[in-house]
Amino acid sequence: MKINKKQVEHVAHLARLTLTEEELEKMTGQLDNILSYVDKLDELDTDQVVATSHVFSVCNAFREDSVKESLPPKEALMNAPQERGDMFQVPRII
Amino acid sequence: MEPYELTITEACEQMQEGNLSAMDLTRSCLARIAGVEKDVQAFITIDRDGALQQAEVADKKRKEGFAGRLCGIPLSLKDLLATKGLKTTCGSKILENYVPPYDATVVSKIRNEGAVILGKATMDEFAMGSTSETCAFKIPQNPWKKGYVAGGSSGGSAAGVASYECFASLGSDTGGSIRQPASLCGIVGMKPTYGRVSRYGLTAFASSLDQIGPLCRTVVDCALLMNIISGYDPMDSTSVKQVVPDYTSSLVDGLAGLRLGVPREYFTAGLDGDVEKIVRNSIEVLKERGAEVVEVTLPHTEYCVAVYYLIAPSEACSNLARYDGVHYGYRDMAAETLLEMYKGTRSKGFGSEVKRRILIGTYALSSGYYDAYYKKASQVRTLILNDFKSAFELCDVIISPVTPTPAWRMGENTDDPLSVYLSDILTLSANLAGVPGISVPGGFTQNGLPVGVQIQGRHFQEDQLLRVGFNLERGLQLGKRALDI
Repeated sequence: MKINKKQVEHVAHLARLTLTEEELEKMTGQLDNILSYVDKLDELDTDQVVATSHVFSVCNAFREDSVKESLPPKEALMNAPQERGDMFQVPRII
Repeated sequence: MEPYELTITEACEQMQEGNLSAMDLTRSCLARIAGVEKDVQAFITIDRDGALQQAEVADKKRKEGFAGRLCGIPLSLKDLLATKGLKTTCGSKILENYVPPYDATVVSKIRNEGAVILGKATMDEFAMGSTSETCAFKIPQNPWKKGYVAGGSSGGSAAGVASYECFASLGSDTGGSIRQPASLCGIVGMKPTYGRVSRYGLTAFASSLDQIGPLCRTVVDCALLMNIISGYDPMDSTSVKQVVPDYTSSLVDGLAGLRLGVPREYFTAGLDGDVEKIVRNSIEVLKERGAEVVEVTLPHTEYCVAVYYLIAPSEACSNLARYDGVHYGYRDMAAETLLEMYKGTRSKGFGSEVKRRILIGTYALSSGYYDAYYKKASQVRTLILNDFKSAFELCDVIISPVTPTPAWRMGENTDDPLSVYLSDILTLSANLAGVPGISVPGGFTQNGLPVGVQIQGRHFQEDQLLRVGFNLERGLQLGKRALDI
């Protein structure tokens, strides 16, 4: 086994997901299957290989720090599940 | 012949000559949608009133002499491209009622050219899938055979174009999501070079792999759309500052001097007999048109699926962290604490394929596993990129199948995600290497299902792909066939 139910439950918590018992069972099997498959990569010696994160290494795309038009609060709040005044409302945190 | 059957180029000519109006084309497409949509299921949202209004404006502009290059042409858009004022769901319950306050760059570009946006196309939830069956609302069907998948994730885009509900569509391709449904539905689909087209307003799935591209019925239409959507955009820092050529000028008869690479690894066991025959025949056709055929090798092909299904979910789990019920989209209103709200919102809002990929990605990036999974995959990605670099020293373009098999029955393999992932093996590498790829119809199986041919090229050489595609289209002369709708 590459991954067990307990680990999947922990990963789900990190990802802010709750799985039902049935989902947990199924996902554990499927994830185990997928993770066993990707072990295939261990066949390759990559010690000296530089990792590619982006095909073209565009780095530091700077721009002038100038004031531009932005979304008016009313439009930004148009899709808000819950709002109060000019703000997004969420359940109590503290 | 109905107006909806025209190509974009033909429709533009007809409008220019005054034989047809934007209103005629739009009404024709809307009537076609009314007739076949119950079978095709290509749209999540149909914007009938909006389309008619846009057509009216297009006709007015043409009269005033300001017709853009897509003036009056009815198109669909994959439902993950932001459209101001028009619902954009990404095929997910979590965004069921989301109305973007802005347009994606590609959407602004086609609007500026006068296109009529008919609606938003069905797709796999957040573009995660190969059959569009993970869509939370509707599942498109293959217009060539009822009960067969249209492919994915841009399945609604492909099915809609193939069934003449719209003239063309814009989709997105993270691991084959334009080329594969185009192949399975018998149309043309292009994934441009990474950075060729701005991703601003495209809902992010895997940011280092995602690219927007056209799905069309002809290579000429594809070139025309590429002319419009390509180019640097300050809103996407990964879009590349490179001159955009006139892609239509590369569409010339004959392939003298072109070296056509045939990768050994793409013609292995598991390849359907009909598919192989169609691709081999296409190679012969291109040879007759002057191409020189050379064998090339892409030795790390067998590792593509493993690399992709670590990198894409890793990027996805990070991108999808934003769906937390705070700013937009669905929120679990029953939750009392913030943590409960996050978990309730995401657990009820996401479907199982999305959850699966979030879990894989979170695991692969979690402490202790990062080196073994994400870093290792990124290193093998370099080897895959190097494979392409070496191959392109020996050839100008690479020809291959798009998928190992033609379209399959809906509902197959839904409990075995890995077997579906493996069907993506021939398209993933283009995204990992950032090279452009196109799928062009190559023929039909004995069963009557279309099969596409994939052509991949060097970075920013979309013109070569279009040239080869154009010659294939001309050489094959497949003609029109009856659909099963």
